[in-house]
Amino acid sequence: MNLTLKIWRQAGPQAPGEMKTYQVDDVSEDMSFLEMLDVLNEQLNAGGEEPVAFDSDCREGICGNCSLMINGEAHGPEVTTTCQLHMRSFADGDTITIEPWRADAFPVIRDLVTDRSAFDRIIQSGGYISANTGSAPEANSVPVPRDDATKAFNFATCIGCGACVAACPNGSASLFMGAKITQLGLLPQGQPERWSRVVDMVGQHDAEGFGGCTNIGECATACPKEIPLDVISQLNKDLRTAIKHGH
Amino acid sequence: MASSNADLSGLVAHNEAPTQVSDDAHGYYTHGEKLVDAKAPTGPIKDRWTTRKMDNRLVNPANRRKLDVIIVGTGLAGGAAAATLGEAGYNVKSFCYQDSPRRARSIAAQGGINAAKNYKEDGDSTYRLFYDTVKGGDYRSRESNVYRLAEVSASIIDQCVAQGVPFAREYGGLLDNRSFGGVQVSRTFYARGQTGQQLLIGAYQAMERQVAAGTVTQYTRHEMLEVIVADGKARGIIARDLVTGEIETHLADVVVLASGGYGNVFFLSTNAMGSNVTAAWRAHRKGAYMANPCYTQIHPTCIPVSGEHQSKLTLMSESLRNDGRIWVPKNREDCDKDPRDIAEEDRDYYLERIYPSFGNLVPRDIASRQAKNMCDEGRGVGPMVGDFRRGVYLDFADAISRLGEDAVREKYGNLFDMYARITGENPYETPMRIYPAVHYVMGGLWVDYNLQSSIEGLFVAGEANFSDHGANRLGASALMQGLADGYFVLPNTIREYLADGPFEKIDESHPAVAEAKASVEDRVSKFLSIGGDRSADSFHRELGHIMWEYCGMERTEDGLRKAIDQIRELKAEFWRNLKVLGTADSLNQSLEKAGRVADFIELGELMCIDALNRRESCGGHFRAESQTEDGEALRHDEEFAYVAAWEWGGEDGQPVLHKEDLIYTAIEMKQRSYK
Ligand SMILES: Cc1cc2nc3c(=O)[nH]c(=O)nc-3n(C[C@H](O)[C@H](O)[C@H](O)COP(=O)(O)OP(=O)(O)OC[C@H]3O[C@@H](n4cnc5c(N)ncnc54)[C@H](O)[C@@H]3O)c2cc1C
Ligand code: SF4
Ligand code: FES
Repeated sequence: MNLTLKIWRQAGPQAPGEMKTYQVDDVSEDMSFLEMLDVLNEQLNAGGEEPVAFDSDCREGICGNCSLMINGEAHGPEVTTTCQLHMRSFADGDTITIEPWRADAFPVIRDLVTDRSAFDRIIQSGGYISANTGSAPEANSVPVPRDDATKAFNFATCIGCGACVAACPNGSASLFMGAKITQLGLLPQGQPERWSRVVDMVGQHDAEGFGGCTNIGECATACPKEIPLDVISQLNKDLRTAIKHGH
Repeated sequence: MASSNADLSGLVAHNEAPTQVSDDAHGYYTHGEKLVDAKAPTGPIKDRWTTRKMDNRLVNPANRRKLDVIIVGTGLAGGAAAATLGEAGYNVKSFCYQDSPRRARSIAAQGGINAAKNYKEDGDSTYRLFYDTVKGGDYRSRESNVYRLAEVSASIIDQCVAQGVPFAREYGGLLDNRSFGGVQVSRTFYARGQTGQQLLIGAYQAMERQVAAGTVTQYTRHEMLEVIVADGKARGIIARDLVTGEIETHLADVVVLASGGYGNVFFLSTNAMGSNVTAAWRAHRKGAYMANPCYTQIHPTCIPVSGEHQSKLTLMSESLRNDGRIWVPKNREDCDKDPRDIAEEDRDYYLERIYPSFGNLVPRDIASRQAKNMCDEGRGVGPMVGDFRRGVYLDFADAISRLGEDAVREKYGNLFDMYARITGENPYETPMRIYPAVHYVMGGLWVDYNLQSSIEGLFVAGEANFSDHGANRLGASALMQGLADGYFVLPNTIREYLADGPFEKIDESHPAVAEAKASVEDRVSKFLSIGGDRSADSFHRELGHIMWEYCGMERTEDGLRKAIDQIRELKAEFWRNLKVLGTADSLNQSLEKAGRVADFIELGELMCIDALNRRESCGGHFRAESQTEDGEALRHDEEFAYVAAWEWGGEDGQPVLHKEDLIYTAIEMKQRSYK
């Protein structure tokens, strides 16, 4: 298939950006979206124009490194990551617009690459269970009901990609944060720090410039790992309890 | 180079006697001193690690914060080490090339992690895990290291559970296990098909906690491009800030490389796009020996290549082999039929046929080679790639009728989804197609029992070292090794090294620092100034073709010689005809790629030399000249029971081979048999 691409080009964090139009021909439907961009980049390099910068690493939907707003949708039209999106989702003659994540808390570094380090700082503020190496009790000494373990696992599958933030009109990271808070809150090991965790993480979230949640739900629709909106309700519930307990 | 046809006397026939004296690699390398001391304690194997921990000196807590530790890599090995050393109070600097430590390649491990917990009461023990690992590695690993690995394995699970890693559980709330390729006990802990992700997030969170505590500073989007060796000791690194392009100097009392494996030398592999050998290779060029670089693991269950545009390959966890049955049509005429239309009696479940006791669970190298054999016989399935169909079926029809579709979905759902997404086929209805792909490297920087390389003060952990898996790694043992190294081994062995610190301060004016920095700057400007016609990627692809063809699943003397010649030509062209656009002072992914490819090219040559030198078959290294009558790998213990540790021979010199003899006291060497 032959495609027209409209891509955001921006030379650096302070530079102004603009949409540029490119043509890519002979795209196979078995290619992934990023392989299609590889082909474009080979073409640009050969023609003396700098390749388009974009993030990717695992290319199998697990590292959370890839991003991209594709025709206005985070990770494009399917419920998956951009690297797992295949060209069979597009048709010959399509025009595709490709932009970086748009959010105040994720400034653009170059072209389609943004700075998501705010997510690391949210985790630093409390997204963990304190357990120094060597101090752990025998693993089976604390049974965890199978249902809780399965649910905790489901929330722990968040890949930290930031699609939820990019999709949210408020630029909120509540889904990302809620997934972690709910995962750790379901496990017996997560109880001792449960209330301080939610307060500290929410504090950091706000300080990073992420917006508030107004229950629009775009985040859950965009999430490639199908993290449900419920985690935000859980987050709010935990936050209320924590405040009640004086945290 | 002229030497390539200097010695054609190499091996002539199959089943050569083990006393074979000819030297295939003659003309490609020189011999160095034997490595006689791997610094393992003596005494009964089960006491060695305890002895070492007791003998290692302690570092006063007040001194720890004055000791600077650099850790390159935030995968399981590096992340766990950073967290643990941070908790202990050392001053840690952690580096990764991704935008967050959480994205290291470990994130993609699917199947599980081994530990000798014996929760199933099926006869597992530390000794059995040790035994399985040495046997699985085809008796090419160092026994003291492997025993220690088995010994600390149980603590890893305790540690991860305490961090909140959501492992699979049974209805009673206790941890579940499954069995994994190459063993007959259930000792693999797992978190659906995303074990690596869950373990890495655990280590990442522990590390982020230390960032908040101020003991760990993280440098993301930073690539280490040189190690600083001053007055005989590793004292720091030169790294490029990938966003600003700045070349930075970072100094420390000790340097740890946990930079992962170099499978991407094959271009197509299951590794991440950015996985590279640069950190290890730069250290190699500064004096760290590279051990057994030719030991490559080709994983039997990957999604086949679909075309020329392919940028990487995707693994289907081998846990699938527990319930899936592998087959090809008995008759070539059936190869392009819909597999569901091929009658049971016309299917060849070749692994079950050839290896009745292990069946579909034979070790990876055997499963991979047999898949290749079936395709070479013309019984492969799927689209034609070149002249062959490169695929075999992995069929879940039996499992679905035995367990029900829901149970299969529960176990493998995400893998099935991934397969469907990539191929556009539904594996619940039609068998998957799989083919082997490069997956893991057993080779890596040589380390002693303390995980210290041949450069004092440079420690190496995780897949980047060579230590524990011999010539072949068992499934679910890399995660175990990465976390063993990071949580339990390094923190104990580094302590002994740091007990002599802090070392005399050095700064930017030290000649070793200035030299390292200048060499990085020169290299960066060289890449940008060649001004040729070809992208770094195109060189990488070509290198990959050479490596897969001649240094892949099956290696021959002729092929390897050819490969070395071709790689040398490719290297010359690279430095003449590379094209990198853009500048050095901004994010420039082509520039990053160029540096990685340059190092892969040099590594590729050494891998071929190592493979040429090792005129035996063992584990993942299969020399066509050395096989039994029924086509199994044939080792030559008298001649090759050693670790080949290669010293860099200089830009125009030849690599120098140092041998470390492998001596087994706790286990008897046998030819592997999985029949
Ligand atoms: C698809 C897949 C599935 C697997 N499944 C399993 C499994 O089920 N069980 C199992 O036991 N093993 C499995 N393995 C193997 C296992 O995952 C790896 O061997 C292991 O995770 C490697 O961990 P590591 O810490 O050594 O390195 P990695 O996790 O590879 O981390 C390397 C780190 O080094 C950094 N780095 C590299 N070079 C530089 C540089 N020059 N400068 C700065 N930073 C650098 C990277 O940023 C990264 O942080 C699998 C591997 C793959 C690819
Ligand atoms: S919640 Fe979903 S969209 Fe948000 S970071 Fe996690 S995986 Fe990405
Ligand atoms: S590149 Fe890893 S999730 Fe897309």
